[in-house]
Amino acid sequence: MKITQGQFSFLPDLNDEEIKKQIEYGLDQGWSIAVEHTDDPHPRNTYWSMWGTPMFDLRDPAGVMMELNACRKEFPNDYIKVLAFDSNKGFETIRMSFMVQRPADEPGFELVRSEGPGRTVHYTLRSYATGRPPGGRYSPAAAP
Amino acid sequence: MNKALDVKITDLKERYTSGVLKYRQMGYWEPEYEPKDTDILAVFRITPQDGVDPVEAAAAVAGESSTATWTVVWTDRLTDSEYYRAKAYRVDPVPGSPDQYFAYIAYDLDLFEEGSIANLTASIIGNVFGFKPLKALRLEDMRIPPHYLKTFQGPATGIVAERERMNLYGRPILGATMKPKLGLSGRNYGRVVYEALKGGLDFTKDDENINSQPFMHWRDRYLYCMEGVSKAEAETGEVKGTYLNVTAGTMEEMYERAEFARDLGSVIIMIDLVIGYTAIQSMAKWARRNDMILHLHRAGHGTYTRQRNHGISFRVIAKWMRMAGVDHIHAGTVVGKLEGDPNVIRGVYDTCREIHVPQNMQHGIFFDQPWASLKKMMPVASGGIHAGQMHQLLHYLGEDVVLQFGGGTIGHPMGIQAGATANRVALECMVKARNEGRDIWNEGEEILTAAARWCQPLRAALDTWKDVSFNYASTDSVDVLPTPTAS
Repeated sequence: MKITQGQFSFLPDLNDEEIKKQIEYGLDQGWSIAVEHTDDPHPRNTYWSMWGTPMFDLRDPAGVMMELNACRKEFPNDYIKVLAFDSNKGFETIRMSFMVQRPADEPGFELVRSEGPGRTVHYTLRSYATGRPPGGRYSPAAAP
Repeated sequence: MNKALDVKITDLKERYTSGVLKYRQMGYWEPEYEPKDTDILAVFRITPQDGVDPVEAAAAVAGESSTATWTVVWTDRLTDSEYYRAKAYRVDPVPGSPDQYFAYIAYDLDLFEEGSIANLTASIIGNVFGFKPLKALRLEDMRIPPHYLKTFQGPATGIVAERERMNLYGRPILGATMKPKLGLSGRNYGRVVYEALKGGLDFTKDDENINSQPFMHWRDRYLYCMEGVSKAEAETGEVKGTYLNVTAGTMEEMYERAEFARDLGSVIIMIDLVIGYTAIQSMAKWARRNDMILHLHRAGHGTYTRQRNHGISFRVIAKWMRMAGVDHIHAGTVVGKLEGDPNVIRGVYDTCREIHVPQNMQHGIFFDQPWASLKKMMPVASGGIHAGQMHQLLHYLGEDVVLQFGGGTIGHPMGIQAGATANRVALECMVKARNEGRDIWNEGEEILTAAARWCQPLRAALDTWKDVSFNYASTDSVDVLPTPTAS
């Protein structure tokens, strides 16, 4: 399965030129760009690992691309997303978030149902990958 | 004694002689009055009966919506009546409508109970709307001062927290109302929810009149819907939701339904405008206590918002609902099947989403409206919209909006999932193109056609609905004053 978090996941994967244009748009709005990665893509895993802090003082998309490439090099099997933070009153939150790398094989999630009284069911999403320890969850060597 | 009919009587003995006076004479017309920062201001469109002077009509509206009755009462003299009287302070002719006038009225803060839309509206849209000397009356806009706003909770969640909870940024949110509105069993209904969410929507929605009918009781619906939501979450890795309508005959039943929705893990519930202002405020407090997004369907508003000469403009309803504390409100599409002049809609969207709305007569905004940190309310565009209009929707409505394609998802020739995918692809490719600096207004169709080359569901959607548009004249457009001045 393909995890479709982020604002462009239904499109073909963005190439570097397209990623750069999106970063440029974010910078033009006055936002700060950040890179985050994870091997635990549960939809409620809010805190992916930060590739450094948001780049508040970096206004050049090429510079952001260098950081992104460094992150890719170190975590070639992780999910990586680019975010834009807006510090303006009324927002003070994330304004963009899109995936720029995903593992070759995405096993996805098991839906665990626990039946309760009155036909109620409590649902838990369990990633098939997080059964393995961090670091080796999506690497080709970890595949069964 | 020869009383001047058009001026305030200042001699108290004369003023309080038993009998009937003109409202102007009683003191409800104060052309020199400078509204205080703490005053609540209202502008009404008045259509006086033939022969009724517009200033007297304006004074009558001020009187009837505050302290006055039809005759002089001596008990006024037990109060600081000058202070409590609402004051009409300005009357302007409506351009192009010789029998209509905009009447500006100021109300002191002390006329209203804190944190109560019911109390506010009992005055402002109370008896006065049936007042015989007027043929018609419409509340066009209000200025609510921060002093009063701060007595209201405001949206339970707000746009920022909603997006953070949904993990969803940078694009409009996608939804769909389940169809047919009535008749599906719980099991069949949950199927539509699952298919639409799995196909790419973020939200699905009960319709306004889905409550707990013989064909599907509410518990059954909630259980099947949450199965659909959870399954779609597992298969996409995204946070999803379905607006479970908790509208019911009593507050007790609504609370019971809301609690059940919460216990099942739903992130959002919905209510209808017809439950009334007090019930809405109660549900907003409940939603804040329970971390729940609260969607409001504006069922019923068309009975009083559509006609330009009588009723309440929808921007005022939107303002009241932001105070009352809902998170979502249906606010028009411009291009869809329901009423919506672009300028009027812009005024409503600004009222929902901005932290300060400046006066803009073109958009029907008569007063500067600061929002005093009440959270922002997410507008919802729903009714007769489809993927082929994506560029227009993004252009008119911007990014913080829920775009709801009900028929435009479920009516897709390749099925519901394909319908949802078509909408999601159309949306993402349009946002991407906009961010890349393309002129989506002029190149929108081209951008969609390009995406449809690799996305068969989008191709089918464009082919099916390419000729569908709703080009009718709006009944509610703005009459712009020739010389707007600051209030």
